[in-house]
Amino acid sequence: MTGDSVADVVIVGAGVVGTAIARTLAGFSLSCVLVDAACDVGTGTSKANTAILHTGFDAKPGTLESRLLSRGSALLRSYAAMAGIPVERTGALLVAWTPEQAAALPSIEANARQNGYLAIRHVPVPALYAREPSLGPGAVAAVEIPDESIICPWTTPLAFATEAVAAGVRLVFSSAVTGVTDLGDAYSLETSRGSLRCRWVVNAAGLGSDVIDRMFGGGGFTIRPRRGELIVFDKLARTLLRSILLPVPTARTKGVLVAPTVYGNVLLGPTAEDVPSVLDTATTETGLGSLLAAGRRILPGLDGEEVTATYAGLRAATEHSDYQIYVDGARRYACVAGIRSTGLSASLGIAEHVVAELDAAGLVLRARPEFVPAPPVMPYIGEAGVRPYQDAGRIAADPAYGEIVCHCERVTRGEVRDALASPVPPADLGGLHRRTRAMNGRCQGFYCAAAVSRIFAAGGP
Amino acid sequence: MNVDVLVVGAGPAGLSAAVELRRLGVGTVLVADREASAGGVPRHSWHTGYGLRDLRRIMTGPAYARALADAAVSAGAEVLVGTTVTGLSCGRCAQLTSVRGIETVQARAVLLATGCRERPRAARLVPGDRPAGVMTTGELQQRVYLGGERLAGAAVVVGAEHVSFSAATTLAHAGARVVALVTEFGRQQSYFAFRLGAALRWRVPVWTGCMVSRIVGHDELSGVEVTSVGSGRVRFVPCSTVVFTADWIPDHELARAAGLEIDAGTRGPVVDTALETSWAGVFAAGNLVHAAETAGIAALSGRHAARSIAAALGTVADTGVARVPVRVEAPLRWISPNAVGSAAAPPLGRFVLRSGEFRRLARLEVRQDGRLLARSRPLRLIPGRPVHLDAAWLAQVDPNSGPVRVATRS
Repeated sequence: MTGDSVADVVIVGAGVVGTAIARTLAGFSLSCVLVDAACDVGTGTSKANTAILHTGFDAKPGTLESRLLSRGSALLRSYAAMAGIPVERTGALLVAWTPEQAAALPSIEANARQNGYLAIRHVPVPALYAREPSLGPGAVAAVEIPDESIICPWTTPLAFATEAVAAGVRLVFSSAVTGVTDLGDAYSLETSRGSLRCRWVVNAAGLGSDVIDRMFGGGGFTIRPRRGELIVFDKLARTLLRSILLPVPTARTKGVLVAPTVYGNVLLGPTAEDVPSVLDTATTETGLGSLLAAGRRILPGLDGEEVTATYAGLRAATEHSDYQIYVDGARRYACVAGIRSTGLSASLGIAEHVVAELDAAGLVLRARPEFVPAPPVMPYIGEAGVRPYQDAGRIAADPAYGEIVCHCERVTRGEVRDALASPVPPADLGGLHRRTRAMNGRCQGFYCAAAVSRIFAAGGP
Repeated sequence: MNVDVLVVGAGPAGLSAAVELRRLGVGTVLVADREASAGGVPRHSWHTGYGLRDLRRIMTGPAYARALADAAVSAGAEVLVGTTVTGLSCGRCAQLTSVRGIETVQARAVLLATGCRERPRAARLVPGDRPAGVMTTGELQQRVYLGGERLAGAAVVVGAEHVSFSAATTLAHAGARVVALVTEFGRQQSYFAFRLGAALRWRVPVWTGCMVSRIVGHDELSGVEVTSVGSGRVRFVPCSTVVFTADWIPDHELARAAGLEIDAGTRGPVVDTALETSWAGVFAAGNLVHAAETAGIAALSGRHAARSIAAALGTVADTGVARVPVRVEAPLRWISPNAVGSAAAPPLGRFVLRSGEFRRLARLEVRQDGRLLARSRPLRLIPGRPVHLDAAWLAQVDPNSGPVRVATRS
């Protein structure tokens, strides 16, 4: 991959933030490279989170996070509608279970209004139970945040990357950035698979962003990975709730929530635990146990339902409470770090902000002649729309959409084939499941893993 | 499309039912299966012992699967593979997806024979990393016997039931070295385990009183932590494959999504002794109603349901017989069938039960509103193994009284 050509910008990190910046920069006359240590888009924090499109109602007013979250959330809502990213506006109910928690609700409402979110409203307890009849007994008060939504966290960075690639951005995977050499008018980024030359560097390396930042003379923050364990319940539990059910947050954490997913499951989590390693995505007996105990109280019906999956993600938190975003024009370097747990919702707001800052710092942004930016149309993998197996017209035109290969998630051979032939194809089975949902269901491969693996091996890279 | 009977699932129960329905003169019998070929789980279970109970000859799983599929077609049933039944209404109208498109089938009767699967690692809440190399017996068998995959290195099997020993055999065939079978119980639960082990030369140690408590490895499995239930001592066991066996759950999604009443014990649809569900004209058989019995027992269950269906088709539908639930008390986990409606005898004239604990010489007592209906001879209860209860007491059930309860007395 070593070339004599010098890219205008290298973006380090192909998570939801890095891909969002890449697609935004792709609209200008620039040569861009998006580099990641992993073999695919969105394999870190971006793939393992609560999959909620936040309004930012509970952000700390006046922070950069609050502003970019509010802006990014609005941008992503309209982008998702165009790109076929599954989003469902389920709304959220923030439920108080004790008088002390109930006493905190007025300040939460005031905080939301300060953030410019005015639709938050008080919900009387009888109305709460009328709306969520399966909610556990003992709720004493609630507020509703009608615009909180659920989103597909996998399709989002893929859509950004697909759009970026179509606009000429080069993706370089499996290349961990190990060092940088300043050549005066350019940088040479050393990676585990050769070097990359560029004029500007954007650090969107998530859990690795502090290491990259120090290479550029930074060091103002340290990533303190905070692990969140989550439990995914069977689709048969989906009828137990309509909205996202939020707890009253504490100073330390937003607490354990229960939410539907766009794939028709129910999500319970996350825990919040500081861990020493950015690799420690293991679930624990204690963590899962505490989630089940919390879930039993919020939604007792979960107790009788099967667990489909458990996983843990790491939030890229720092010692600071706000995002760590700055652009250094003299060094031709942008740092986009400390995005914690709001990167998915804020991604397009962050990208817009960073590009404006890059412009101000001296990166020359010239509009591309005759370039019309257009979101790609991604395969729709949510439950709210019509899936290929339900689409008689589509099956008639192409019978591969009638051949279900993953029974639990009802994924067809046609969808697997399309994913393998897509502009940003999967590099492994994990990548295939993030693109299609194959093997992601209740049997966890009992029926389909062997067959899907064979299709992947035959048609994969 | 209109048919007399729609059978969902072409495993031993569904195919045997189709043969019996045709033998009894039912006109059109359609069997739909989502897999690419008919036969169900025996398709990828290469050990012998299949067919003894129902076909009176012994063969391997794949041969048995073929024999059942051929018999169904010869009998005049239509078997559609690669066909998923995506929905069912109480009017016995089903939606099907396949390469042919989306079809609607209106049936006079429906038999659900969708079988069961093993709970995977996640459903058992085993914590740790999520590397490759963690699977169920179903996946293992398909990888090895349908896909021809080889597995190198050490392997650990979770469970010590029949299927666990079968998994150990498959692992050995595929080239893996089986370190141990790990069970929380104080002993293994398979009576033919050592016979099978000796015959196949793979003597595998069974670690009793132990559980796999953590999965370790980033992309590939590096090993598992095994915790001793008694002492709490933890040891790391290096391995590249771990197979989670048994811990069956019926594939009840179609039944539940349709809205059939579900039994809390079996987690399959509630069925009476005729194997009719809570919806008139909708029946269920095989491991959907008793997860998991052998293929032969599932086949006989399908045959039993077929007779009930043939009889029902000959009468005016929906007679609305009052049904009395049949429930079990701990340590019993479930009983099947789990309702008494008509006076029909259950399959093989007996109920089948499961215990969650070992018991020596326990008697089963059947009571209705405190009235003793029957008491069994002393039985040995072994988790994961069937316990049978003769159904001679059925005639004494008062259809207008409370549930029948089955409990153990030592």
